[in-house]
Amino acid sequence: MKKLLTATAATALMAGAASAEDIKIGVFLGFTGPIESLVAEMAPAAEFAIAEVDASGALLGGSSVTAIRGDTTCVDSAAAQSAAERLITSDGVSGIVGGDCSGVTGAALTNVALPNGMVMVSPSATSPGLSHQNNEDNGLFFRTAPSDARQGVVMTEVLMDQGISEVAVTYTNNDYGKGLADAFQAAYEAAGGTVTINSPHEDGKADYSAEVGALAAAGGDRLVVAGYVDQGGSGIVQAALDTGAFDTFHFPDGMIGEALENNFGSDIDGSTGQHPSPSVELADAFTALADGAFNATSPFAPESYDAAALIMLAMQSAGSSDPADYKGHIMNVANAPGEQINAGDLARGLEILAGGGEIDYVGASGVELVGPGEAAGNYREIVVEGGKITTASFR
Amino acid sequence: MMIDFLNAIVALSNFVLIPAIAYGSQLALGALGVTLVYGVLRFSNFAHGDTMAFGTMTVILFTWWFQSMGISIHPLPTALLALPFGIAVTALLLLGTDRVVYRFYRKQKAQPVIYLIVSLGVMFILNGLVRFIIGPGDQRFADGERFIMKARDFKAMTGLKEGLAIKTSQSITLVTAIIVVIALFWFLNRTRTGKSMRAFSDNEDLALLSGINPERVVIYTWLIVAALATIAGTLYGLDKSFKPFTYFQLLLPIFAAAIVGGLGSPLGAIAGGFVIAFSEVMITYAWKKVLTYLMPDSLDPSGLVQLIATEYKFAISFVILVIVLLFRPTGLFRGKAL
Repeated sequence: MKKLLTATAATALMAGAASAEDIKIGVFLGFTGPIESLVAEMAPAAEFAIAEVDASGALLGGSSVTAIRGDTTCVDSAAAQSAAERLITSDGVSGIVGGDCSGVTGAALTNVALPNGMVMVSPSATSPGLSHQNNEDNGLFFRTAPSDARQGVVMTEVLMDQGISEVAVTYTNNDYGKGLADAFQAAYEAAGGTVTINSPHEDGKADYSAEVGALAAAGGDRLVVAGYVDQGGSGIVQAALDTGAFDTFHFPDGMIGEALENNFGSDIDGSTGQHPSPSVELADAFTALADGAFNATSPFAPESYDAAALIMLAMQSAGSSDPADYKGHIMNVANAPGEQINAGDLARGLEILAGGGEIDYVGASGVELVGPGEAAGNYREIVVEGGKITTASFR
Repeated sequence: MMIDFLNAIVALSNFVLIPAIAYGSQLALGALGVTLVYGVLRFSNFAHGDTMAFGTMTVILFTWWFQSMGISIHPLPTALLALPFGIAVTALLLLGTDRVVYRFYRKQKAQPVIYLIVSLGVMFILNGLVRFIIGPGDQRFADGERFIMKARDFKAMTGLKEGLAIKTSQSITLVTAIIVVIALFWFLNRTRTGKSMRAFSDNEDLALLSGINPERVVIYTWLIVAALATIAGTLYGLDKSFKPFTYFQLLLPIFAAAIVGGLGSPLGAIAGGFVIAFSEVMITYAWKKVLTYLMPDSLDPSGLVQLIATEYKFAISFVILVIVLLFRPTGLFRGKAL
């Protein structure tokens, strides 16, 4: 109530000022499709940040800010593009949180966001193909998730530290899987490892025995499954266990979830994996902030909150909600120097920026943008013990 | 040397022979249903894949019901117990479809191509019906003992480097398929109704003249097709997993099997099922491991020795289909030309 009063008062004060406006931010995620269960936590996290800023009334002279949803479907590029088109032209959003899956994100970026000069900050698209080293994105695309090029290196370190120098790789046949598998192969071979086979699998099939037959023939000490746990990834693991082709596996981020424990339990003991994850302190703080509004430890929920926060902080820093003006400010607010701003502390950040100061946004996931505007990436290394996913270390 | 040879045999059985035999039996049962409809009712039933999905769905629903009541036939899967009930419901569905849809076109003596399009319509309706009732997602309903032989146990038992796994579902598939095929052939060749079905299939006019009741033949055909489709679908679901879309996709290998064997020929359907299954598995298998065991060390293959990558598995059915239609349109067992 107190916040609402402040907000109302602030709005009343600013009523005469021409600068106050109704800002809209698109939440452009796969509400239907293969990662709909993750989006159920990601979207509320992004909207939580937007509501927090809206209630503070500190953005751009008391402007209101609201979230508008658009569905990427995760897999259907045509549907994603028309949803992005609608957000920009019909709803008139000033920035987009999203997309989620790498394929649709790339399609919406090149075909809709670029021609319209719209800023996109993706919380979960991790394909190395989206790293625009030569400014192909006109400085419009950022992500609070790390590129899989980084994950490939981390994976290599995890496996090498265990003395495993020969693996077979299978990936889900899309931008995410292929990008990750290729990044891993490059890093692993550079470190002296051998990839015996790097073959795709299609999601949504009933039978993966032929795929596993080929993987088994190629051999290796461990099978790397760069797939989805709710999709073909689990099918591959099941078939590999059934035929005795592999006993232990390595799981990148798409495979780590409760379903893995439920499906296989202690059958996959000794398997390893890693996924992007903030440090324990940040995760605890964010869980306390969410207070049951959404599951703060769900993959990519912290990144979603941060993506929305970055857009609004950059607007404040630029003094404008026009993407062309604020796109250059995202890197400034995300990185040092400046006052550190945590999740739940957005109002303070906005005030510092309004006063001409500088901030270093830490947020829910420990944001640190590198290269062409993507997260540097902290990973949690996991190991399966007694049928449970346990933390081995942070990298 | 002997050990290498044994290892090669075991690896081949584990990754090629056993999966292909199970898959082939499932395809053969599916193709038998297609070929019966083609022989007796004279059209290509595109709804067959979704009939299998519907049958499997009812079996799954009965299975869940039995499980909730604590009925089981451990170590066998409960689905076997639910099978007769699933067949009964599917038979009712098929007889209903025949009464509402196909009978109208039969009276009009419609062209086969019209039947084909009509069956496509039935397929879409069944497609929606199944998704509406059980949803589009994966359903696992296999229970009971999962393995007869585990790969790890086999290795420990024999001391070989290669493991051999035999799933319960695979052996159930083979045993059930053999029983069903024997029963079907006995029915077609020995019983009066079976003989009248074959007579009707060979020459409709002659059959009518000799006093065979066509509606009775049609009803019996649908009943048998319901049983075949439900059994094939349930075995496939037990062995792999149930998902409506994969059953729709099964239509291609099943038709390929029926056509390769010769449409209208039950024996051809069985042979066709195994030809398709073995081609799919053997052509996409990477032979490196087996060859490494068999060849002298100096000749070890460096590549995977894989003819086609696994993602093109479905293309193999297409290729075989095209080759057969080009060079022997009546199929291996001289069925009817398309």
